[in-house]
Amino acid sequence: MEQEFLHVLAVDDSFVDRKVIERLLKVSSCKVTTVESAGRALQFLGLDEEKSPVEFDELKVNLIITDYSMPEMTGYDLLKRIKGSKKLREIPVVIMSSEDIQPQVNRCLEEGAEEYLVKPVKLSDVLRLRDFILKEKAPPYPQREHTSGKRKSRDESPASDSTSSDHLRPLRKRRKMAHH
Amino acid sequence: MEFVGQLQRQFVQFSHSLFDEGFLDDQFQQLQKLQDESNPDFVLEVVSLFFEDSEKLLNNLSIALQQQIVDFKQVDSYVHQFKGSSSSIGAQRVKNMCVHLRSFCEEQNLEGSLMCFQQVKHEYYLVKNKLETLFRLERQIIEAGGTVPFIA
Repeated sequence: MEQEFLHVLAVDDSFVDRKVIERLLKVSSCKVTTVESAGRALQFLGLDEEKSPVEFDELKVNLIITDYSMPEMTGYDLLKRIKGSKKLREIPVVIMSSEDIQPQVNRCLEEGAEEYLVKPVKLSDVLRLRDFILKEKAPPYPQREHTSGKRKSRDESPASDSTSSDHLRPLRKRRKMAHH
Repeated sequence: MEFVGQLQRQFVQFSHSLFDEGFLDDQFQQLQKLQDESNPDFVLEVVSLFFEDSEKLLNNLSIALQQQIVDFKQVDSYVHQFKGSSSSIGAQRVKNMCVHLRSFCEEQNLEGSLMCFQQVKHEYYLVKNKLETLFRLERQIIEAGGTVPFIA
């Protein structure tokens, strides 16, 4: 039986942090693609103007984990772009940041981030994240039309087609996974 | 094998001192846990990246602080990066000094920033030296046919 591996896209402008997150994810048996900016991430996901080098169907990104503070485009802006895209909004996005500022945390969670991890990220964080995503994993794009309750913690109606900023998701405590 | 034993003891003592004296924190141990036979040089690789990155950042900081009119936002941005990377490898004292430097930047206090920057550099070169010694001890143990003790 083929084992399913999560494919994670990690976004961070720091060389050191990219290396560390890549290792954390590999140790957790994930396939990893690392990029150095939100711009590159959008390119990879096929969300920018130019054609993505790889057909999206083949990408099958199961999780996006991004640093918050990056030059040009922040992780928060990237989160908004992803949640605002019909094609990509179902992909869970996790924010990483060295800043432990509650309003910033809230903003990210409200915008649809799965979790806000305070750096430095630990192996236990990644393992927990992986297990959560594996449990809740939707088939990769092409997606079903609706969210159909696969994430029980969300209050949004299954038929909801609104962009992420139109409604407030129930706020989860920072660093805690959505209830199972 | 007496020699290997000696080296190993030195290594253990030295490692403990790095943690006891606050040069390194738990994050360094987290990195060590990620190293294994498939990735035997992981810590060395990350730390080497950190050294490379740090030289650039310190250089940028030096230039930024020497401007006629100091752009504190820019300085703060560099310090933020340095704080991040030092935190990621567990270089606790460097990280803490970066926090101080950020306060001075926020106040737009040039004198304070300049003094604190010197301390940041000082802490950086201290920990760089310590880490290079640590890696050298590891190499010596391996070359002498021993295994590097794992520091719990």
